[in-house]
Amino acid sequence: MVKYFFNEMDIKSTWDHVTSAFWQRYPNPFSTHVLTEDVVFREVTPDNRLHTRRLLTKTNRLPWWAERFFPGNLSRSVYILEDSIVDPLNKSLITFTWNLNHTKLMTVQERCVFQESEERPHCTQLKREAWISSGVYGFSRPIQEFGLARFKSNQAKAMKGLEYALANIHGDAPHWHLRDSVKDASEKAKEAAMAATEKAKNLASAATPQKPKQYV
Amino acid sequence: MVKMNSVGEGCTELKREYDQCFNRWFAEKFLKGDRDGDPCTEMFKQYQTCVQKAIKEKDIPVDGVEFMGPNKVKTDG
Repeated sequence: MVKYFFNEMDIKSTWDHVTSAFWQRYPNPFSTHVLTEDVVFREVTPDNRLHTRRLLTKTNRLPWWAERFFPGNLSRSVYILEDSIVDPLNKSLITFTWNLNHTKLMTVQERCVFQESEERPHCTQLKREAWISSGVYGFSRPIQEFGLARFKSNQAKAMKGLEYALANIHGDAPHWHLRDSVKDASEKAKEAAMAATEKAKNLASAATPQKPKQYV
Repeated sequence: MVKMNSVGEGCTELKREYDQCFNRWFAEKFLKGDRDGDPCTEMFKQYQTCVQKAIKEKDIPVDGVEFMGPNKVKTDG
């Protein structure tokens, strides 16, 4: 059984802005788990699409009960490939991201489509899907559950990071909202509560301007 | 502004120079349909020489992985 995740949201920035910010989203205050970032392949195809492969290194935080599946001599970093296709004519950016190592423990594959909104050209629609699986005999279920929970929290951070980049590069006011989701109501309520907490934190940090901003 | 590091410790400067060149080209030329050559080609070559060497040294298994790799079916759909 593979865990599946899907959500859809509107980003209130033009597709050009979002796509430019996509390349410049690291580092940001929400991406402390991303250690390195490299372009390892790039070409413009004859039909004018930009193909890019990026290699990212991320930390691999595990719950204590999963440590036993991790031989101590293995590298703890996770290598991630992020392939993408930018189509400037159709205003779409498709990304596919997956981990290269530790794949027996867990594989996370994510597909994102950033598309100019048909109804509102100043907005960008983002559809995000992910597939999470584990090959650890007898423990694949809890590992996948953990992987899904971590993915959810990381994708929320990814949105904040993208917003951060949008605000930095284009001065776009940070704003996005979840349009549709397969999540159940209780999870939505939890997320709303988390968002409220985050908002309160932001307000609190905004109220202490003497603190220097770490990433600016 | 803090910048990202390259996976190759010695490649970070080359990466940052290239990224800067690319970001300008992407926003000002590519997205606007301007196909008058890519000013970043030489920087990209130098950066790639460095980073590909680091990938080999660190044994990162990127060789032979198809573009959009495990996604083949999903992209078509």
